[in-house]
Amino acid sequence: MTERIVIVGGGTGGTVLANDLADRLGAAIDAGDVEVTLVNDDPDHVYKPVWLYVPFGQREPEDGRRRLRELVDDRIEVRIDRVTEIDTDAERLRYRDAAVPVDYDYLVLATGSTLAPETVPGLEAGGYDYYSESGAKALREELLSFTEGDLVLSVVGTPHMCPAAPLEFVFMADDWFRERGLRDEVDITYTYPIQRVHGNPHIAEWARPLMDERDISVETFFNAESVDPDGTITSMEGVDLDYDLLVSIPPHRGIDLIEKAGLGDDGWVDVDKHTLEAEAAENVYALGDTADTGVPNAGSVAHYQAGVVGQRIASEIRGRPATATYDGKTLCFIETGMDAASFVEFDYESPPSPAPPSEKLHWSKLAYNESYWLTARGLL
Amino acid sequence: MTEIDIEPAETVDARGAACPGPLMDLIGAIRSAESGAVVCLLSDTEQSLTDVPEWTDEAGYELLATEERDDHYEFYVEKA
Ligand SMILES: Cc1cc2nc3c(=O)[nH]c(=O)nc-3n(C[C@H](O)[C@H](O)[C@H](O)COP(=O)(O)OP(=O)(O)OC[C@H]3O[C@@H](n4cnc5c(N)ncnc54)[C@H](O)[C@@H]3O)c2cc1C
Repeated sequence: MTERIVIVGGGTGGTVLANDLADRLGAAIDAGDVEVTLVNDDPDHVYKPVWLYVPFGQREPEDGRRRLRELVDDRIEVRIDRVTEIDTDAERLRYRDAAVPVDYDYLVLATGSTLAPETVPGLEAGGYDYYSESGAKALREELLSFTEGDLVLSVVGTPHMCPAAPLEFVFMADDWFRERGLRDEVDITYTYPIQRVHGNPHIAEWARPLMDERDISVETFFNAESVDPDGTITSMEGVDLDYDLLVSIPPHRGIDLIEKAGLGDDGWVDVDKHTLEAEAAENVYALGDTADTGVPNAGSVAHYQAGVVGQRIASEIRGRPATATYDGKTLCFIETGMDAASFVEFDYESPPSPAPPSEKLHWSKLAYNESYWLTARGLL
Repeated sequence: MTEIDIEPAETVDARGAACPGPLMDLIGAIRSAESGAVVCLLSDTEQSLTDVPEWTDEAGYELLATEERDDHYEFYVEKA
């Protein structure tokens, strides 16, 4: 009997996993014993880290898009469709464009994060973001013509993708306006929900003095409650901040069908943080942003987790005990300007210790972004 | 162990979440709660003992009670 593996989501985690399984189970797939389907609701694979550079006119959104089919091994069935329903008791799911449901033996959810700006009144009308392709393009139009006034970067929702990206944005904006001789005309303010500038205390401790040195104002314990599109953002803590340009990190959530399937709240799948198995169902794994492990929502995490899930599923199919586990490994470059970056690496046991910013690390980040396509293909 | 007489509208179980997970989870629950509702946070990190009161002070919400259980703390917060 053919074992059917369905991976939902052809972003970083799903794509790396599909290629990993093609590698591990190639002979079984060729023999017809195993079938792997990768479902994505867009014919393109989208690499989101490119969006950080779009507002500064340094990259084009198209630089972050490639045809998914071209990135994935031919032995994998790539289906461009949307999964609309999951029944984990019957081990069955529904596609938007198919009349009949499909059975699976193993299901992997790699459906990522979606944005929910509508949960804060006024945010959509009053703010910009670089956490979506359309948002990054609209912000570019605004930022390129912004020459004076109050720029506010507000982290509204957590968890959010790439916890470093809000710090990166204000560091880059500071440097970018300075280089263009406009920094005296532009005030930059950064707001964060808790009492420090980043969720991780070690990264917060490192970043705060850099922000002070560079005259980036900070408002902590700031949880946006509403936005007046005429130029004021108000927090639950009762503080009003006036702005001329608001850039927000909007609230995030997972996709609705995860909650409907009873796999976790707000679209995040409850998983064992080592095995990545869903807590509420058999033969279901989750990885990347949608897996609620407590580690950052980052591409590097999705990449490492894909290797773990690939190894576990291959072992199970071969009838051997699955032993691979995820240790919380996270790796992240942090831009500290237009031509310098830091780097952190940590896991469940060891805290991060940011490296001194250097030009070399900045070029490493840009080089990684180029070689990402080899990662997605499973070559790196 | 004391028994307290507060009926929370919502309980947020943040046990096992590394810091600042529990405080963020509490803020998220308060955000969507009705005014006057009580949210109960369950947390097993010591950090919450300082984080939670610091935030409720700042935000002007009332921390009605903090209870120490065998392996976790309970924080009862009322949304203003
Ligand atoms: C501005 C920005 C900068 C970033 N910078 C970095 C960085 O420097 N380093 C880093 O490591 N990470 C970075 N990230 C984070 C990184 O992009 C994400 O964490 C990563 O993409 C998560 O991978 P994933 O596979 O979980 O989800 P995604 O890559 O988001 O993929 C999910 C896929 O699932 C599809 N999908 C969802 N629901 C369905 C459905 N029902 N049916 C079919 N398909 C579905 C989606 O269309 C999407 O293609 C950044 C993110 C942003 C926004």
